[in-house]
Amino acid sequence: MDTSRIRDGIRAGLPLALAPLLFGASFGLLAVDAGMGRLGAVAMSATTFAGSAQFAAASILDSGGGVAAAIVAALLLNARYVPLSLAVASIFPGSRKRRLLESQLIVDESWALSGRSGSFEYGILAGVGILLYVVWVGGTALGTVVGDLLDPEAIGVDAAFPALFLALLAPYLRSRRALATAIVAGTITLALLPFAPAGVPIVAASVACLIGLRR
Amino acid sequence: MTWVVIAVVGAVTILFKASGPVLLGDRALPPRVAALVEVLAPAMLAALVVTQTVGGDRELVFDERLAGVAAGAIAVRLRAPLIVVMVVAATVAALIRLF
Repeated sequence: MDTSRIRDGIRAGLPLALAPLLFGASFGLLAVDAGMGRLGAVAMSATTFAGSAQFAAASILDSGGGVAAAIVAALLLNARYVPLSLAVASIFPGSRKRRLLESQLIVDESWALSGRSGSFEYGILAGVGILLYVVWVGGTALGTVVGDLLDPEAIGVDAAFPALFLALLAPYLRSRRALATAIVAGTITLALLPFAPAGVPIVAASVACLIGLRR
Repeated sequence: MTWVVIAVVGAVTILFKASGPVLLGDRALPPRVAALVEVLAPAMLAALVVTQTVGGDRELVFDERLAGVAAGAIAVRLRAPLIVVMVVAATVAALIRLF
């Protein structure tokens, strides 16, 4: 039904696809070092499909940090997916089972790009999500065999993504309410980053949405 | 034991991602909740920008990312396409690292 928009989504995701390939390979290498095994590394990318949490879990295991610490760190990082998922709750079509499956395509990038037109679009989210999923899982598999492809930091990929989110944030800032929300959310995040465990500041920033209740 | 990590993190993340579409997907949201959800996008985007620009391991890290994002912000201001914004940010960060 929405296949042409999904194709648009895949096309919209293409410029982003290099990063998950490189990061996926780095994760694959790290995960094997951490004792997850090739199959475990690929299984984690296929089920968790969230870079920062996977890196956190693998680094903790790699440095001998224990199973509980790895789980807690990864889940705190992924807790942001609750607010992200709530924001796009209404766009998924079909049965509950289908929504459960397709909601797994929500990652920061697919979520952010799908809201580009001012309201969230299922086709874009699904298209970008499918593309990034394939590249992420494929990159992980590649990394477990050949190791690092290229250091993502050497080509500045880590600066490209916050810049992308900034570009996607910009159109919202024309609304005063959204501008105020963004400022409060950014300030909460900045204030908590030096103290709170990774992932917590983003979740706490969702408190800024209370501004939405003001008239 | 690493399989415990893979299984638990995978299962709970699947639930996190599914929470909106599975629990709320069927029903129209009450107006007050809808008003909250409406500003969720700018709030989360702002939080992602801050975290990925200066976030470290329980510290603020001011490094090449910040310069790259600042350059990206100028590109945004000039209404450059998304891909240009990303390339500008990446190039500036990469060049500063190089020298």
